[in-house]
Amino acid sequence: MPLIEYRDALNQAFAEEMERDPNVVLMGEEVAEYDGAYKVTRGLWQRFGSKRVMDTPISEAGFIGMGIGASMLGIRPVMELMFWSFAAVAWDQIINNAAQVRYMSGGLINCPIVIRGPANGGTNVGATHSHNHENFLANIPGLKVVCPATAYDAKGLMKSAIRDNDPVMFMENTLLYGEKGEVPEEEYLIPLGRADVKREGTDISLIAHGRAALTALKAAELLAAEHNINAEVVDLRSIRPLDEEAILESVRKTHRAVYIEENKPFCGVGAQIASMLQEKAFDDLDAPVLRISSMDAPAIYSPELEKKQLPRPLDIVEKVLSIC
Amino acid sequence: MASAAKAEQLDFAKTPINSKLSAQQKVRLLTEMVRIRRFETESLRQYQAKKMGGFLHLYNGQESVAVGCVSLMGDDDHVITAYRDHGHALAVGMTMNECMAELFGKVTGCSKGKGGSMHFFAPDKNYWGGHGIVAGQTPLGLGLAYALKYKGVKGAAMCFMGDGAVNQGCFYESLNMAALFDIPVIYIIENNGYSMGTSLARSSSFKSCLAERAEGFNIAWGQCNGTDIYEVRANVQTAIERAHNESKPTVLEIATYRYYGHSVADAKHTGGYRQKEEIEHYKQNHDPIQVFKRRLIEEGTLTEEKYEQLDEAAKAEAAAAAQFADESPIPSEESITQDVYFEVDRQTEAGRTGKHFFND
Ligand SMILES: Cc1ncc(C[n+]2csc(CCOP(=O)(O)OP(=O)(O)O)c2C)c(N)n1
Ligand SMILES: [Mg+2]
Repeated sequence: MPLIEYRDALNQAFAEEMERDPNVVLMGEEVAEYDGAYKVTRGLWQRFGSKRVMDTPISEAGFIGMGIGASMLGIRPVMELMFWSFAAVAWDQIINNAAQVRYMSGGLINCPIVIRGPANGGTNVGATHSHNHENFLANIPGLKVVCPATAYDAKGLMKSAIRDNDPVMFMENTLLYGEKGEVPEEEYLIPLGRADVKREGTDISLIAHGRAALTALKAAELLAAEHNINAEVVDLRSIRPLDEEAILESVRKTHRAVYIEENKPFCGVGAQIASMLQEKAFDDLDAPVLRISSMDAPAIYSPELEKKQLPRPLDIVEKVLSIC
Repeated sequence: MASAAKAEQLDFAKTPINSKLSAQQKVRLLTEMVRIRRFETESLRQYQAKKMGGFLHLYNGQESVAVGCVSLMGDDDHVITAYRDHGHALAVGMTMNECMAELFGKVTGCSKGKGGSMHFFAPDKNYWGGHGIVAGQTPLGLGLAYALKYKGVKGAAMCFMGDGAVNQGCFYESLNMAALFDIPVIYIIENNGYSMGTSLARSSSFKSCLAERAEGFNIAWGQCNGTDIYEVRANVQTAIERAHNESKPTVLEIATYRYYGHSVADAKHTGGYRQKEEIEHYKQNHDPIQVFKRRLIEEGTLTEEKYEQLDEAAKAEAAAAAQFADESPIPSEESITQDVYFEVDRQTEAGRTGKHFFND
């Protein structure tokens, strides 16, 4: 299998879906002539032309709203936010229009739109550019939220997201764009709402989404090598819809769970999962469900400190040791 | 003054789009305006009888705008508006029954009771809502028009908005993109002089009018009076032709007036932020229904008796709609979680994968 970068896996997904469906368009700031701020859309403007790959002005509310309106008439826009942090400017369009228009029309309208871009901290760009919005957006019925951690997942999920007939919030990660992973040459799709057990284990379930799933994998290796603990890593991949069964199945086997995420702790995704586990797997649990999130303060700039603000493998090891 | 106004009226009657109207079509325009007024008046009565909840923003006084604009729509022209949306809904051909039932929160409503007064939709009639967030619909209207252009369809999207909505940022983002990308969108500012209790003078800074702000975006703009439906039609027609033939946007400001408060919860609208005399002045001199009715009677297209008949019919239709709404069932409890996700509603593979709702 070819090893390709996460960004190129996404790029392949766009190209394949644009070939397949003439209604798929890419829009956003710098996505066309500049090849994308993070080169995710590299080469697509040359290949598909200005009608299919369109640079927009710096008007997040305006162009995200334009994409939503176009999707109501059957266009399938894939909208890039240079950073998901900038979604705050387009919040009204996403939350009041994309998410609600189907409901308020009694099911007469749907919005087949994908809104995508990086949503992560850890790059020393300060608090305004380091937000993780997945918990906010997953809180809104009508929206779907996806956070792939690997090149393989990114491509398969993006293809499904583009074909999905509901608004999908697709959260990437600037720290992962250059990470290589195996991506098959033949076509494949990954359904939204299906988790992936990225490492099988018996002693504890490390449940995570986004880049935190990779951090959990590193922690699992340390736990095995140094503490003789065999951890299972469950990567949700999709927050909403959620693969509740996969989480429960793992915890019923291991009887212990830690949730790891780069979200903030208060009402983060991990809070939802912990609540679900105490309700549905209470008798299976041998220890309280613990959570590790990004440290509860705005994203700090100072490079040395920001590393500590996000979950690190050793933070996970320490949490695990407290209940194993 | 009076004769000057009359001369102007005659001019708009002579524009091609109006001079070709048959007697039947003219009466139809009047009838549509009367139907809206009777519907609104009935819905106010029903509101006072506590048959509905929430807000109710009435369109009385502004009928010539929705009816005039919608009367020019072809098969590929689309409409989107704000929360004062009943007039546009009836004008595009939605029935009084489905609209009234929506106000009552009944399953027979146009949105199955899920939208309410501010959120009427009928995509089959090219009517895309009904939007409750001030100016939130302005990028959507841009998107509808963009989609038409993308598909190579010769059409336009008319995006209605209030005079208060012009002060939202997303409207200017939309104007910029409309001009930049040559998008056939028509922004129609229904300037009724007030945004809630704030008069135009207290909310907006401008040179000659609000639409003139389009000048800075190099967008064609215009301003007209909504008293005469012919004037509305003549101006909107120019914008539609610009959209169809040149794929260019327009901003058109139409002076109009609302007789009731901002919503029915607005008790200060007489003697508070505006005076009773002002309302009376409009009703006496600028009422679009009375002005058009007089014209049709003067030219012999209509008689007083025929007007009474169509007015009675509209009243009866509205009363019947209220009865229909009253007798209709409320939506089922299960329906609360329906119409959220397309894929779940259709029970597709995607809709059956993973948990979409977290009620249990
Ligand atoms: C973003 C937002 N801010 C405030 C409101 C509350 N609000 C509803 S209507 C309105 C006044 C709008 O006036 P205008 O645009 O002139 O429309 P009109 O009511 O006159 O039709 C306000 C402030 C809202 N719905 N949305
Ligand atoms: Mg107003």
